Amino acid sequence: MFDLERWEEIFDTIRKNKLRTFLTGLSVASGIFILVILLGIGEGMRNGISQEFKRDAANIIYIYTGVTSKEHKGLNPGRRIQMKNEDFNYTALKHQDDLEYRSSVFRIWNGIVNYGKESGSYRVEGVYPDYQFLENSGMIEGRFLNYKDHDNFEKVVVVGNKVRNDLFKDSKDPIGKYVQISGINFKVIGVYTDPGGEREESRVFMPLSTAQRVFGGANNIANMAFTLEPEESFEAALAASNRFSTDIENQLKESHTIAPDDESAVSINNSLENAKRFYDLMDMIKFFFWGVGICTIIAGVVGVSNIMLIIVKERTREIGIRKALGAEPLSIVGMVLHESIFVTAIAGFIGLIASLLLLEFVGPLIETQYIANPAVNFNVALTTVFILVLAGAIAGFFPAWRAARIKPIVALRDE
Amino acid sequence: MIEIKDLHKSYKMGSNSLHVLKGINFNVAEGELVSIMGSSGSGKSTLLNILGMLDEADSGSYTLDGVPIKDLNEKIAARYRNKFLGFIFQSFNLISYKNALDNVALPLYYQGMKRGERIEKAMSYLEKVGLADWAGHLPNELSGGQKQRVAIARALASDPKMLLADEPTGALDSKTSYEVMNLIQEINDEGRTILVVTHEPDIAAMTKRIVNLKDGKIIQDTRVNQVRALENV
Ligand SMILES: Nc1ncnc2c1ncn2[C@@H]1O[C@H](COP(=O)(O)OP(=O)(O)OP(=O)(O)O)[C@@H](O)[C@H]1O
Ligand SMILES: [Mg+2]
Repeated sequence: MFDLERWEEIFDTIRKNKLRTFLTGLSVASGIFILVILLGIGEGMRNGISQEFKRDAANIIYIYTGVTSKEHKGLNPGRRIQMKNEDFNYTALKHQDDLEYRSSVFRIWNGIVNYGKESGSYRVEGVYPDYQFLENSGMIEGRFLNYKDHDNFEKVVVVGNKVRNDLFKDSKDPIGKYVQISGINFKVIGVYTDPGGEREESRVFMPLSTAQRVFGGANNIANMAFTLEPEESFEAALAASNRFSTDIENQLKESHTIAPDDESAVSINNSLENAKRFYDLMDMIKFFFWGVGICTIIAGVVGVSNIMLIIVKERTREIGIRKALGAEPLSIVGMVLHESIFVTAIAGFIGLIASLLLLEFVGPLIETQYIANPAVNFNVALTTVFILVLAGAIAGFFPAWRAARIKPIVALRDE
Repeated sequence: MIEIKDLHKSYKMGSNSLHVLKGINFNVAEGELVSIMGSSGSGKSTLLNILGMLDEADSGSYTLDGVPIKDLNEKIAARYRNKFLGFIFQSFNLISYKNALDNVALPLYYQGMKRGERIEKAMSYLEKVGLADWAGHLPNELSGGQKQRVAIARALASDPKMLLADEPTGALDSKTSYEVMNLIQEINDEGRTILVVTHEPDIAAMTKRIVNLKDGKIIQDTRVNQVRALENV
């Protein structure tokens, strides 16, 4: 390996057989390039889809009601089911040991919010303090609602980042300013950000109690959201959340006199169920890209093997000449392998670097909804380079070994 | 230098077997210049290849410079070829992507000589065959006669005990042939043993001994008065 004379001989051969070297190199480099780009895009898709799912807490369970579709106990179908504070309080109390966060939501329908000359239409909701965590929101300024606001029916709001940008424009600090909702003043106490992006940031939250009182909500609620305490494993969490979902569904159907098999009156959106589908999808994507990747490697290996086969075939006569001049079989094998490993390794790294540069500089510019930060695990990429180099060496070894063993006279006769 | 006794060789082709050499007995002393003649297919090249350890005999004994050549593995055969023998082929067999100098230096590479020394020595042999000015040229930039002279320089480079030439002038016109033969005679004059396969009588006449092969047997072996090639140029 460190035989300087051998290196000189190899370089000499490479220098004087540029086309052959180029073709070998090209197939290896492009194989690696395609593979790394593929894996990068696969990773990007996973990132992109993960972001889509990060809008809310991963294990959130939403409950909302609709219209009955079945006759039950003499009540006609087509009844609108309205959840009340009691429904929420009952569940919160019954499951208090299992619940991590809990909130009901009162929706204010005419959500026009004014500040000075600016105004906009946003989702305005009365919620409990826990809602911040259920929504996965983070505070940029000020604070979120707390239970004191709730108990005191405070007229305070927390606005989304988009709302702040819309209404307050340049005047930097919205905290302590008053906005008008349906002509009533509310003090801004905080600005939140949400991983779900602008759509989730164009909302305004106020204490549930205030909302119900000021906007004539009586004790109606539009929906409820819960998360359960974390479990050891995903399976356990999924089981617990399914149990909880079933329980609350039965309980709501019981107390609102709904047929047990009525599908439309009570809807439960269980994130973990979705998460399971999401994880399955992720696995599918991963599986798919690995499949394609492995096929690419196989194609690369076959390509390199073919080239090595052709190269050795092409050099049979040269090998005969070298043997007549005193080359030992091992030195012939060494020469072929040394050259092939050197060329495939260099080409592999060129492909690797080119693809990594592309991912590094072009990757962040890709801004579609489903691809984010395409990147690739460097070790994985490096491993594929080694696999290809090794494959090239193995593929080159057998024909080289055969050529090195045939009688020189046979090799010399080769045209 | 060479002693062979009862050498046999046959080629198997499918179920048939072609008996090419049918018991060759033949000695060559050091410093001889021998030509092997015979009609096409008589087994001249086969014999030379066995002498050159490029091929193996089926039976019989072969001793080269006191060393019995038998059951050699490829590694030892390669070493012997490098040390004892220089080859000159009808089709030159130069490596096409190496220039004249590097071609001549190649046997020295397999002797493990360092590059600088190799190049220097190769250059001196190129000078000897009168091609110092062509050192940097690739084989396809050389004429047939020049290529054969490069091949001769290469055969000499490893300072072998014996040169084996299979129709060295077969691809050359007569003037160039005589120039090549002149070179071979000069090398022989320095004391090196040379075997030349040819079927041209005028080339054979320039050697010191003519061995005639027919149907795999030596039918005639005569010493002749050497015609100097220079006289014909
Ligand atoms: N590898 C081989 N396989 C089968 N038969 C062979 C092989 N090499 C040579 N022969 C046969 O052996 C016989 C002798 O061949 P050889 O090459 O020794 O003849 P030659 O005297 O050198 O002829 P030429 O003057 O045409 O070169 C020929 O009939 C040839 O067809
Ligand atoms: Mg012949």
